Amino acid sequence: MTDARLADEVPSLRVRDVHYTYPDGQVALRGVNLTINRGERVALLGPNGAGKTTLVLHLNGILHSGGHTHHSGGHGRAHHGGQSGRVEVAGLAVDPTDRKTLAEIRQRVGIVFQDPDDQLFMPTVAEDVAFGPANLGLRGAELAQRVDEALAAVGMSEHRDRAPHHLSFGQRRRVAVATVLAMRPEILVLDEPSSNLDPASRRELAEILLSLPVTMLMVTHDLPYALQLCPRSVILDNGVIVADGDTRSLLADAELLARHRLELPYGFSVTAR
Amino acid sequence: MGAGHAHVLYLDHDSPVHRAAPHVKIASMVLFTVVVVLTPREELWAFAGYTVLIAVVMGLARVRPGWLLTRSLIELPFVVFALILPFVGTGETVRVLGLTLSVEGLYGAWNILAKGTLGVWASLLLAATTTPRDLLLGLDRLRCPQLLTQIATFMLRYLVVILEEARRMRIARLSRGYDQRFLWQVKAFGIGIGSLFLRSYERGERVYLAMISRGYTGRLPAGHAAPAGALQWGAAALLPLAACAIAVATVLT
Repeated sequence: MTDARLADEVPSLRVRDVHYTYPDGQVALRGVNLTINRGERVALLGPNGAGKTTLVLHLNGILHSGGHTHHSGGHGRAHHGGQSGRVEVAGLAVDPTDRKTLAEIRQRVGIVFQDPDDQLFMPTVAEDVAFGPANLGLRGAELAQRVDEALAAVGMSEHRDRAPHHLSFGQRRRVAVATVLAMRPEILVLDEPSSNLDPASRRELAEILLSLPVTMLMVTHDLPYALQLCPRSVILDNGVIVADGDTRSLLADAELLARHRLELPYGFSVTAR
Repeated sequence: MGAGHAHVLYLDHDSPVHRAAPHVKIASMVLFTVVVVLTPREELWAFAGYTVLIAVVMGLARVRPGWLLTRSLIELPFVVFALILPFVGTGETVRVLGLTLSVEGLYGAWNILAKGTLGVWASLLLAATTTPRDLLLGLDRLRCPQLLTQIATFMLRYLVVILEEARRMRIARLSRGYDQRFLWQVKAFGIGIGSLFLRSYERGERVYLAMISRGYTGRLPAGHAAPAGALQWGAAALLPLAACAIAVATVLT
């Protein structure tokens, strides 16, 4: 992006009418529309099975709507307009048939998966953080600098040479965030970032996430965490976005939450301002 | 988490052997073993010489003999097999303590025992002085096919995760009244193994998704084992060269 003014006008993420049916016929997404502007932090809320993870896997082309590629195979003639779906990341359309743009998309969309043991597979922390940028073609000093920078951003610099299984769960989750930050993504996508964290690790991660100057989409059903981190929330249920607005006012609407199997933890209540 | 610093064989201290580059050590160990295996089994003195060489490396690496001996118990099954040979061998026989033993079988047993033990000692010394990670980097540097080193790299990482998962499943079984002494409960164990396999398989899929999300295209970024200088190669070559000299000397005399 050379022209900063133009960059401001192109949203980081634009999802248009995305449909997806799994090969076994289970319909996961029924026309999702979502636009996230640069610098926004948005929570994607929804009950289990709402299609949150399916949507996330669309953002970098691992899954894709449309019957023209191998993923949907013989189900291409599904009648709910699968071909019309479109995902754009900072103006670049996700096209799974185009390997070159796909690499670019995967640099722009940084997904932090739920289980850090899935994300961290290299023998040491530093090697794992280097994996993404090395795939982008970085080598030598430039690569080392990316690794240092990403580890510093999550406060894990002193653990760079340790093996992932020697770290605490909270530390592993922070390293997982660093592995994605090292690719300098346009948008950071976090799948249940607060799950399995103890209260202190949860707070530390929140502080780190708030300090990152990056567009963020956070998938969660941890509603207080959404309130703390994301000014805006969208609710996905049964494959469609059913609500989109200011997090506080969404969470204050008890009836809306109940309709979509979302609940604040016991003893919590949020009042709209 | 129960995952300790699980270096089963690596001895974490400093020595000249620890400091040597992994690929140099691997090459030296493999060549030494090849010389040992090629030595005619009748050259008993050669094997004594090799043992002295192993002892020298052991001293340099500051590995205690007791450590080496207990770890070499791993070859016990092979030793048992070797001990049968003198009794079942054919041909010329010799009487020892009232037992009729086959000479051919005795040599066969000696062959397995001596060469096996020396090979195990050499490998143990390599493992004691090189971390598993460095071993892989060394193999990579020796142009070992990347597919193999990749598989081993993943094993290194996920063995701990899977063992931890198995441990949690075992605790959960025990907590619900499972008792491994009761044979009729073996079914639960079998199902546990099966679900561990499925879980690992599913984890494999998730790991792969996470990898392609970070731009994986089929090649891991190259490891960065430090190159070794001529001096190091020279020092490491001393072991196989000395073994070679011993072999030639005993065969010629």
